Amino acid sequence: MPIQYYIYFSLALFSIGVIGVLTRRNAIIVFMCIELMLNAVNLLLVAFSKMHHGAAIANNATSSAGVEGQLFVFFIMVVAAAEVSVGLAIIVMMYRNTHSVDINFLNRLKN
Amino acid sequence: MNAIIFSAILGVVMMFTGIFTNKKPVITLTAIIALVVLLSMNLLNSHGIFSIQIDTKGLLHFNKMGMFFNTLLIGATLIFVLLSGTEIEKLSDKTADYYALIFFVLCGTAILTSFNGMLMLFLGIEILSIPLYILTGSDKHNLKSNEASLKYFLMGAFTTGIMLMGIALLYGATGGFGLTNVGTGALPPSSGVQGATFLQVAGLLLLFAAMCFKVSAAPFHFWTPDVYDGAPSVFTSFMATIVKAAGFFAFIKLFSANASLLGPTWTILLSFVIVATLLAGNITAVFQRSIKRMLAYSSIAQAGFMLFALYSNNDLGTEGIMLYTVAYCLATIGFFAILMKVKDYTFDGFNGLASTQPVLAFVATICLLSLAGIPLTAGFFAKYYMLASVIKAGGPIWIVVVAVLFAAVSVYYYFKVIQSMYFKEGQPETSEITSGFKMGLLVLAAGIILVGVLPSIVLNWFYF
Repeated sequence: MPIQYYIYFSLALFSIGVIGVLTRRNAIIVFMCIELMLNAVNLLLVAFSKMHHGAAIANNATSSAGVEGQLFVFFIMVVAAAEVSVGLAIIVMMYRNTHSVDINFLNRLKN
Repeated sequence: MNAIIFSAILGVVMMFTGIFTNKKPVITLTAIIALVVLLSMNLLNSHGIFSIQIDTKGLLHFNKMGMFFNTLLIGATLIFVLLSGTEIEKLSDKTADYYALIFFVLCGTAILTSFNGMLMLFLGIEILSIPLYILTGSDKHNLKSNEASLKYFLMGAFTTGIMLMGIALLYGATGGFGLTNVGTGALPPSSGVQGATFLQVAGLLLLFAAMCFKVSAAPFHFWTPDVYDGAPSVFTSFMATIVKAAGFFAFIKLFSANASLLGPTWTILLSFVIVATLLAGNITAVFQRSIKRMLAYSSIAQAGFMLFALYSNNDLGTEGIMLYTVAYCLATIGFFAILMKVKDYTFDGFNGLASTQPVLAFVATICLLSLAGIPLTAGFFAKYYMLASVIKAGGPIWIVVVAVLFAAVSVYYYFKVIQSMYFKEGQPETSEITSGFKMGLLVLAAGIILVGVLPSIVLNWFYF
């Protein structure tokens, strides 16, 4: 499959994530949209990794080019997991105090 | 390498300190000793006497400048803990955990001063940010702290996503994550993708937006006032100085290597960001009633000045960012240490501080003069070097004039505090102030004036 399909698909997923973050008011859904953005990046990295690998083995059959893209994906997964653990703890902390996970609440700070 | 390894180990050590003892002064003392160890290890490394060598396969690159910057940041943290350690103790009974998180943040800054590729940039920023989300929300039963933490977290994670998209696009265009091959790598013709430069430019712009967010440059600064205002003051002081300086270092390192890819657009883009940052920071700071919030906006304004180092991208700019880090960290840490002792954070809360606490008022005045950039304080030469570097790099004069005008605006809101302290009547409520704290403040003020009179001290040390 041509690489363009992967790029368009990843960008679509990423845009859905961005739009979700900007429009939704529920902290958990915003959080899910951020995860969607990260996973769109993961997909794109793997697709590019395969593309670079394919290009490299055309010249040199034993080349390992492109492997770092997939390694990066693992790091993103680990960091995303760390972020989830901290983020959910923060959301739980807020829920305990306000009994709501609505982020409209955040605008109170401005005053 | 020493700084990265020891900050991580000492962070774990601090965590265990909390198990073995409940005495808060003991924990603070351990943290101070640990910071001294970390500082000396980093100094030994930068002088090449003792350094742990690990083959990082080119992911990290340790140069003199990075290690010197690390020394500055660890030194600033040491001053911060010495002055404000008692405030950390007051927050809750989890003192050891806060110190552990501070050490993990320092691990992130150590990575950010030595990264040599996108992977380490990403990991450094995340190691820096995740402990900060926790520190921001550490005042668990305070709604403001909760909101600040959630806001910082959601915004931070969102920008991480944007930054990663930028990195992924750059990877697609160049086939590598190296710092220097971003601009050079060409797509293999067999890939079938046309217009690879478009991917590169889009990736760099996304990275630029994400880094602007991390250093709170306009138009991505909107989170800063809320987060700095809502976080416990002691951690605001930490965030506004050490973390911001590390972010700037990474920003400059990343874009001094790759900005040429954007061509003339780069200068236009950066001038826009600088002017917008100066405008948003300074003008909004004028209208604040809370000093803490005023300082949050002023930190945006100072970020505008620090961006000049990115604009000029020469040796003078590098020296400038070093001096700026020293001047800004000393003054902000000192002023926050005083602010935390005063009960009321509004301007009225400072009325008459000079008559009840002359030492505090005097040191606060020195800090504010330094932030405003008045001659004979460290802030003057910091600002001077920044502007001189832009002129040396052949930058336009108008941007220098704009910067000086905004520096003049900043004098207004800094002097409003001095006016409250010296020329207004009042009985400000302060918490207990020890003579050791006063001594520390006076030493800090002496340091600010010393750097202001002889900036070559810092700079010669850099070239040691």
